Amino acid sequence: MSDELPFRILPELTDRNRHFWTGGEHGELRFLQCDDCVYLIHPPVPICPRCHSKAQHAEVVSGRATLHTYTVNHQPWMPGPGLPYVVAIVEIPEQAGLRLTTNIVNCPIAEIEIGMGMQVTFEHHDDVWIPLFEPERS
Amino acid sequence: MSIETIERSAVISGAGQSDVGRRLFRDPLELTLDACLAAITDAGLTTADIDGIATYPGPMTQPAGFSGAGLVDVQDALRLELGWYTGGIELPGQLGSVIDACLAVAARLATHVLCFRSVYEGSAQGSKGRKAVMPGGGGGGGFRASGFMEWTLPFAAPSAANWIALMAQRHFHEFGTTREQLGQIALNARANAALNPKAIYTDPMTLDDYLAARLVSTPLGLYDCDVPCDGGTALIVSHVDTTPDLRRPPIRVEAVGTAIRGRPSWDQFDDLTTMACRDAAAQMWERTDLTPADVDLAELYDGFSFITMAWLEAMGFCGRGESGPFVEGGRRIARDGELPLNTHGGQLSAGRLHGYGFLHEACVQLWGEAGARQVGGNPEVGVAAAGGGPLAGSLLLTRTR
Repeated sequence: MSDELPFRILPELTDRNRHFWTGGEHGELRFLQCDDCVYLIHPPVPICPRCHSKAQHAEVVSGRATLHTYTVNHQPWMPGPGLPYVVAIVEIPEQAGLRLTTNIVNCPIAEIEIGMGMQVTFEHHDDVWIPLFEPERS
Repeated sequence: MSIETIERSAVISGAGQSDVGRRLFRDPLELTLDACLAAITDAGLTTADIDGIATYPGPMTQPAGFSGAGLVDVQDALRLELGWYTGGIELPGQLGSVIDACLAVAARLATHVLCFRSVYEGSAQGSKGRKAVMPGGGGGGGFRASGFMEWTLPFAAPSAANWIALMAQRHFHEFGTTREQLGQIALNARANAALNPKAIYTDPMTLDDYLAARLVSTPLGLYDCDVPCDGGTALIVSHVDTTPDLRRPPIRVEAVGTAIRGRPSWDQFDDLTTMACRDAAAQMWERTDLTPADVDLAELYDGFSFITMAWLEAMGFCGRGESGPFVEGGRRIARDGELPLNTHGGQLSAGRLHGYGFLHEACVQLWGEAGARQVGGNPEVGVAAAGGGPLAGSLLLTRTR
């Protein structure tokens, strides 16, 4: 990753989302997980959408993902990463259908393929660690 | 006749539109009221007859230009006495407000409902372009993202162009769809816009022009994105019992679709290649004995070209994943083809009137009042659908004789 960090709009941190946006301080991708039925809850809400339990904790997942789809953004919407940059949706292997919108980094655009294995890497801004994804190292 | 639904108590009795332009720099409430009064007059009614209002999205100051007027502004300016009203953004797409109006007249909470949607996104952007209407003023100032934008803005994906591009790319991957196929939606819109005096962009466009345009968010290029504009559109939804009071035979509402059976999210919805169009359209067809083969014209939302492809599949005009081959070459969807599509030029070329433009066009065509762009063959059945991503609502309309 380049030493020069791009401008990014950061999320408003709350008691509900802090685990997600600060896990990167410890190199951890974290999701809220139901204590009772182990469902991963994302975006975070105060009850489990599957069993309605309120018992939950921040669970650390592997940080691996599969590329579900991507787009090469050429439009200068606002200050941000150098153009063009890649916006992607990745699927988290720990739970079918659990996805994140993210950026692909450290990968030439020509080498991006839907279905490829990815792994998380974090970009630290202020009090936030943004989870980005790069090709999985074999 | 085996299916009876409550929406068949509703008809569309009038349609109106203000001036439409890329940047009119006029009071958006004036444009809104121009559209409303035009629709009321078109129905053969007066403001004294209007006893309901439905609008999308209600008053909003951000993003700039997204809402030209709130319900209260219109009610008070026209001094309307209401039996029922609703305005808001959490609806089955922009036309969800019109569907609400259908239910309200069926329930006899109102008899004639004024439905409107107005925008001034063109003027709001002014000379500053897209950045002027981006969340947080385009960055800086310590603005932080919350709500659903929390999950996209930190990744520099602030626009629906990005979110729809992700869906389109997945469709390309699963079904082999191509930019040449996608481009037919834009070319068809441009060809139809040439016959619409209110359209924004009317210069002829070729596939080469389309492919040579700058990329916005792959696979979407400039001409896959609708054009911000200023203007208002209004429709009058009336109870069918009032038909004798109307200026001309109204358009009947045969069936509506409002369903969303996946997660209400741009990235967590189960199938990104269909999104909520799938559910709204399926529900609409469950509520009628008509079938896709009965449809004479289709006005399907094109905030981005890919959304029209998703609606074509959802509506059953072609199979799932088959919209690319369906539109290939453009003949089938041309104004004189087997399924005339977005006959006013869509939002891609006629301007982003945001959903209501499609319903307006469907009605005008079914009334046979579309002038130079009138579809031949005396069309009897039309479909209007609006919304993309997790937003979707549709109406199946029939001409009364």
